[in-house]
Amino acid sequence: MNVHAPASRRPPGGAPPGSGPGGVRLSDRHLLGIAGLTPAEITLILDTAEAMKEVGTRPIKKVPTLRGRTVVNLFFEPSTRTRTSFEVAEKRLSADSLSIATATSSVTKGETLADTVRNLEAMSPDMIVIRHASSGAPHLLSRICRAAVINAGDGMHEHPTQALLDAFTIREHKGRLAGLKVAIVGDLLHSRVLRSNVLLLRAMGADVWLCGPSTLVPAGIDRFGTHTTTVLDEAVENADVVMMLRIQQERMQGHFIPSLREYFALFGLTSARLRRAKDDVIVMHPGPMNRGVEIDSEVADGPYSVILEQVSNGIAVRMAVLYLLAGRDAAESLDA
Amino acid sequence: MRMVLKGGRVVDPATGTDGHLDVLIADGIIARIGRDLPVDGAEVIELAKGWIVAPGLLDIHVHLREPGQEHKETVATGTAAAVAGGFTAVACMPNTDPVNDHAGITQFILKKAAETGVARVYPIGAVSLGSRGEQLAELGELKNAGCVAFSDDGRPVATALLMRRALEYAGMLGVPIVDHCEDPSLTGDGVAHEGYHASALGLRGIPGVAESLMVERDVALAEMTGAHVHICHMSARQSLRAVRAGKERGVRVTCEVTPHHFTLTDAALESGVPYDTNLKMNPPLRDEADRDAMLDGIADGTVDVIATDHAPHHADEKMVEFDRAPFGITGLETAVPLVFDRLVHTGRVTVRRAIELLSSNPARVLNLPGGSLAVTAPADVVVLDPERRVRVDAARQRTRSRNTPFHGWELRGAVALTLVAGRAVYRAE
Repeated sequence: MNVHAPASRRPPGGAPPGSGPGGVRLSDRHLLGIAGLTPAEITLILDTAEAMKEVGTRPIKKVPTLRGRTVVNLFFEPSTRTRTSFEVAEKRLSADSLSIATATSSVTKGETLADTVRNLEAMSPDMIVIRHASSGAPHLLSRICRAAVINAGDGMHEHPTQALLDAFTIREHKGRLAGLKVAIVGDLLHSRVLRSNVLLLRAMGADVWLCGPSTLVPAGIDRFGTHTTTVLDEAVENADVVMMLRIQQERMQGHFIPSLREYFALFGLTSARLRRAKDDVIVMHPGPMNRGVEIDSEVADGPYSVILEQVSNGIAVRMAVLYLLAGRDAAESLDA
Repeated sequence: MRMVLKGGRVVDPATGTDGHLDVLIADGIIARIGRDLPVDGAEVIELAKGWIVAPGLLDIHVHLREPGQEHKETVATGTAAAVAGGFTAVACMPNTDPVNDHAGITQFILKKAAETGVARVYPIGAVSLGSRGEQLAELGELKNAGCVAFSDDGRPVATALLMRRALEYAGMLGVPIVDHCEDPSLTGDGVAHEGYHASALGLRGIPGVAESLMVERDVALAEMTGAHVHICHMSARQSLRAVRAGKERGVRVTCEVTPHHFTLTDAALESGVPYDTNLKMNPPLRDEADRDAMLDGIADGTVDVIATDHAPHHADEKMVEFDRAPFGITGLETAVPLVFDRLVHTGRVTVRRAIELLSSNPARVLNLPGGSLAVTAPADVVVLDPERRVRVDAARQRTRSRNTPFHGWELRGAVALTLVAGRAVYRAE
């Protein structure tokens, strides 16, 4: 049985392998950021993720689509959520995958990123998933290696699969992205989640409001195509989606904020504040959360929260990305 | 040994000469300049129409990397690059390994220059020991050994007190302090100009004020001490304003701008190869308003000198993550093409002003010999071909490193011939 996609989104017969509904394909062989994607490509990934989500509901959550493909997860920064999400996605697609964390890699021995990757390349991986503290590290990799590169978060730059899973989650609840008021609140300056989300949501026609303390607003934000405010109530007012960003504990050191206590008083999301939003608002957080800093537990665990859905959707979205990138050469259906 | 440069347009701001004249060089000295000079058995070099004969150019901001970082550059390769770029003299910054903070290191550099250099080399000594900003280096000894100025380049002179004392002490010696201006607390671990492009790329920003705040400090201290401060590689419009205000008050402040800061903006970070580390330098490429302010300052006379901040780095060192790459790009061999293409041919400055910025002014700022074609001066001469189109090819340059953002650029304006003490040290193919 072919369970390629929900009936309404089933690709027409004869669509090329690896392509999605309507025959759209990803034009780049890497996923370095949302910046390189067209709205049609974003829609393709989200639609493909719907089919992938169905795989996760089966008793045997595994398809042979990427059998014989090798995926390396190269994590130079600590990450539990994103790394395990990619690992699960790879296993469900039957890829051979291995994860290298910074503590066990040669990087601690003074090897450059370029050399680490050249050595990995000698083992012929098909895809490399990279998380790195330096913005642009995946771009450097993509210039050096033959494998497809997937950015799993680079410095303060982008985290494209996070934005895709956020969009997927929003779409599941709202049926659309265009025209929604999405408030993103927190450390705007250092957040890669923010940058990817702004690019994606703007490309899809959402009305994006950014909110954070003035010390954490990036320079040139007026060119992001968003509204910006330092008043939380303005951002939350009538919002369809409120997305809270993590505030790093060490931000006090750069004199960005006086204290976490004051941060919560000014920018923490509480039930009282959330009342200004639409009745069917959803509350999101990319994790890991600081309860009582950017979000009150009552909200995080409350009826509007979709935070755990984001985590499960992450697997489906990452399966879709792996599938579509691998599919440029050959891909099979999702038949078990 | 006699030579006549025939048929060129002689432009020498120092003597006010500008006209189609012949230049007779005898025994390494400018012997005569005049119309239709008799040849008298001298070697005749016929110059094409439109070529310019000017005093040899001086680059007062160069990193020769020797001693200690010979894999990036040496005195031999750096001076070879200099003469290929039309520079007959360079002043080299003290951030070698070890730092040029003792007379012995100055002597080593000068010995290397005598043995292997093809251009004149004027070392700049460190202001403080190890350029650590804690204790003054022996500035008197350094001057006696041959240092022409003092700088902790790569870093600012650390504190206002140290800067005050350095200015007072160097003022006594009649030597300027050359300062790399940035407030380290505002720079932080920034790697690009604080603005839209850095924000979009997720790069930590360095605001223009990090530079201008230190320029303001230096101008105030130069005013107080009456000593001469020279501001390195100025990039921010606020800095230009501070220098201009200082000059209007009669403060002894001079400044330089690099070709990359009058050519490029931070938009380049997003237009070519993403995260190209050849676009990483300190100060960073700034925005259009800053770049345009540099162009204005160059045209109106506020800017005294064009200097390259030639900073060679090995390809392996640049082939890393953007925020881990060293700051700096090469500049010696692209300066003349950029000055002509971006300043002269666009009508922003005259040829005479361009020569002033590249030759007579840098000589004046650091009190160096040269920068003039006066009769009896050493025959350090450059012949420029302003119309010649060149394609920048990093692999074919004389510098040992290849870190230029201008690779592949086609520019109008080139060096045809460089003479040091009357000897042809570079001839264009």
